[in-house]
Amino acid sequence: MVYTLNVNGVSRTVDVDDATPLLWVLRDVLDMKGTKFGCGAGLCGACTVHLNGVAVRSCSTPIAGVGTAAITTIEGIGENPVGKKIQDAWLEIDVAQCGYCQAGQIMSATALLTHTPKPTDDDITAHMNGNLCRCATYNRIRTAIKLAAGEAPTKGA
Amino acid sequence: MNAIRSKVSRRTFLKASAVTGGGLLLSFSLPQLAGATTGPAEATLNAYVRIAADGIVTIAAKNPEVGQGIKTALPMIIAEELDVDWKNVRIEMAAVDAEKYGAQTAGGSTSIPRNWDNLRRVGAAGRQMLVSAAAKTLKVPEGELTTADGNVSHAASNRTLSYGALAATAATLPVPDLKTVALKDPANFKIIGQRTEDIDAPKIVTGQPLYGIDVTMPGMLYAVFEKCAVFGGTVARANLDDVKSMPGVRHAFIIPGTLVPGEVNLGGGLSGGVAIVADTWWRAKIARGKLRVDWNLPPTASQSSVGYAARAAELAKQKPEMSVRVDGDVDAAFKGAAKVVEASYSYPFLAHAPMEPQNATAHFKDGKVEIWVPTQAPGGGRTQAAKALGMSEKDITVYMTRGGGGFGRRLTSEFMTEAAWISREVGTPVKLLWTREDDMRHDAYRPGGFHNFKAGLDANGKLIALRDHFVSYGSDGKFANSANLSNDIFPAEFVPNLDYGASLIPLGTPTGPMRAPRSNGLAMVFQSFLDEIAHAAGRDPLEFHLDLLREHRATSPTPLPFDAARMTTALKTVAEVAGWGKRELPKGTGLGLAYYFSHSGYVAHVAEVTVTPDVPLSVNSVKVNKVWVAADVGQHIVNPSGAENQVQGAVLDGIGQILGQEITIAHGGTVESNFDTYPLLRMRQAPPVEVHFILSQNSPTGLGEPALPPTLPAVANAIFAASGKRLRDVPLNKSMHGSASA
Repeated sequence: MVYTLNVNGVSRTVDVDDATPLLWVLRDVLDMKGTKFGCGAGLCGACTVHLNGVAVRSCSTPIAGVGTAAITTIEGIGENPVGKKIQDAWLEIDVAQCGYCQAGQIMSATALLTHTPKPTDDDITAHMNGNLCRCATYNRIRTAIKLAAGEAPTKGA
Repeated sequence: MNAIRSKVSRRTFLKASAVTGGGLLLSFSLPQLAGATTGPAEATLNAYVRIAADGIVTIAAKNPEVGQGIKTALPMIIAEELDVDWKNVRIEMAAVDAEKYGAQTAGGSTSIPRNWDNLRRVGAAGRQMLVSAAAKTLKVPEGELTTADGNVSHAASNRTLSYGALAATAATLPVPDLKTVALKDPANFKIIGQRTEDIDAPKIVTGQPLYGIDVTMPGMLYAVFEKCAVFGGTVARANLDDVKSMPGVRHAFIIPGTLVPGEVNLGGGLSGGVAIVADTWWRAKIARGKLRVDWNLPPTASQSSVGYAARAAELAKQKPEMSVRVDGDVDAAFKGAAKVVEASYSYPFLAHAPMEPQNATAHFKDGKVEIWVPTQAPGGGRTQAAKALGMSEKDITVYMTRGGGGFGRRLTSEFMTEAAWISREVGTPVKLLWTREDDMRHDAYRPGGFHNFKAGLDANGKLIALRDHFVSYGSDGKFANSANLSNDIFPAEFVPNLDYGASLIPLGTPTGPMRAPRSNGLAMVFQSFLDEIAHAAGRDPLEFHLDLLREHRATSPTPLPFDAARMTTALKTVAEVAGWGKRELPKGTGLGLAYYFSHSGYVAHVAEVTVTPDVPLSVNSVKVNKVWVAADVGQHIVNPSGAENQVQGAVLDGIGQILGQEITIAHGGTVESNFDTYPLLRMRQAPPVEVHFILSQNSPTGLGEPALPPTLPAVANAIFAASGKRLRDVPLNKSMHGSASA
């Protein structure tokens, strides 16, 4: 079936099976490779995108349910001032090891700071707990979120 | 003494040539292991540096990048001695070419120790050539010239020439002798030792294609590959016509595989299965849901973790089948001991579970195949593919992509063979992508193990005898992959009466190296049992270990490569920074200490843990508050940002293992399938990790692995300090057998 999607502010038309997850429409139909496949079951968060600013797992979001919602992906999150701050903080803290999960981490972190601009440690833990990092860069993810929220980073934490 | 010596080999050499447009190309050969007797032939070039006329310096990264940071760290070493501005350095992934580059692997934390000295000399030689070119151009003596940030300056005449402007002239000059080229005084290092951002970080945070899964080609189809849930099973028949009728499916066929029935696939062969090829990956996966296969099951289909544990218990009652090391006479020492301590430990099979599921994109055309793949061993993968497909290696071209994690999993690259086979069958480019479930059920697992310890103490609480009967996996006197105990495991050479023996359980489950192979299990059991001994002796564990480390006695003409002085320093350092014995801790909170030598690194940990009272030990009753690490990996930390990240990641990896990770075997296959049943560490379980590097007077060594092994015993020992309960069977939420006992 044909769907017209709003992806990073651009209207895109795709013809796919109704049950196709948004993840695979982005990756294999629209050739946007930034959103990652990790588990296929909503357990790891590597595929996180925003629908109308809310972080969702695109591997478990059928395309038929997306409708006209504004889809934001890692490729477009830098247009959002909060997203840009998060990306800059990720570079400043040198968060990544393998980097594979970081698109999802950045999407989740941007959603967090959008609704909670000054998160506590507990806010960060609660919001980011669904995003797995197999390299376990969690210390730096926390530091980078605090940096983006305006807190001075503690070196090496 | 270092296990890997770093020195210039006579096989190291450098060649200069011109680049179109006025640049300098330095090609060089680095033997894989300086001082080793085997290595690439004289004529091989295994890396290059290119200086273009605009001053941009391009350095080849020859080894796979899977998150260990080597693509950034090795070029930093060259750039330092070349004396260029890091901002003008670009990194290019080298092609896979065994003739040119020798082995291109990421494993064993070897990239830094193997390349440190050689890469410095290559950079210094390039700098020397540019200085010579400047002396010639400016008609001044070389001694009057200085370099900085990619420029050569003559202070007396106030003239400066850029490397870019000098590159063409430099390309015409003879290359200096690498053995005698002048190296920088490390006090003047500007790049080495600076926190440097990962070279791919800007692409990572903006979602640009980098990984194997991101590869696309015109006309590419997508494949899934169903293998038997029982290791070694092959296809008897499958409902291929039903699958072919599904939307988007172009091909569905049986791959017979190259293994003999029941053979454990260690990545060297092609397991049988059914390939489904469709116009999108999602449609291939949906079609797979309709697939019904009758499998021919191997004799190992009855194997299980329960069965392994039962056999281990039987073997523990018998004498070891084989001896690994004997010093003195343990039985006599036990008879004369003031105190004897006995305990049995176990650890489970583990999956690597890198975040990027296994994949490879292959294009077979005119008898040749090109493969794009995230792998830690592209050369080995090609050899395996050539063998399985009956092709010549020279007809297989491999391109390395960044890998979304490795941890040892991508040292076996059977997905390369699978993708190549499928592309040959269908005649178009094919991207094969495993599901998470495929990855978890078809790993080369970290093998589990069972250790049966007995120790003897004298009247002063000194360890005088130690026995380990290790029940491991294997057959015919040969350990399964990464399941071995060797004669160098600490405290060998530190206890006068020592007996390491082993017995083997036949295994149909594939095993392989995982981050700090062998050490990741052995550290847990040896360092935990030594802690038990310290407590049995009524001694503070720190004092006990510092005394033990003074007991070194070489028992053979070639002593083991373990420097007790370096470990002692690491131990004292970590105790100091963690406040060992100096802090008042609340009830239910305790500190645990552990240390381990692996991959040439000396690493000691202290963990602080709080245990909820009055409930059984479990993943819910244990909270790790903080871990302190002291690591001695030599004189220089090339990239402190990457190094600290590796250590923090290794420690948290270890915490994930001890809390909840276990692969269970039932009916000859793996029970767990995704992150709900195989829990990776999450943020709420991740404590701060404080890292201290000890810059000892030793050549730098690697860091991807050695910080993991001490983590599990440090946490287990802290659990004991906090609760009086000894964790002898990991993980904490162990499902199969045994449980935490007081």
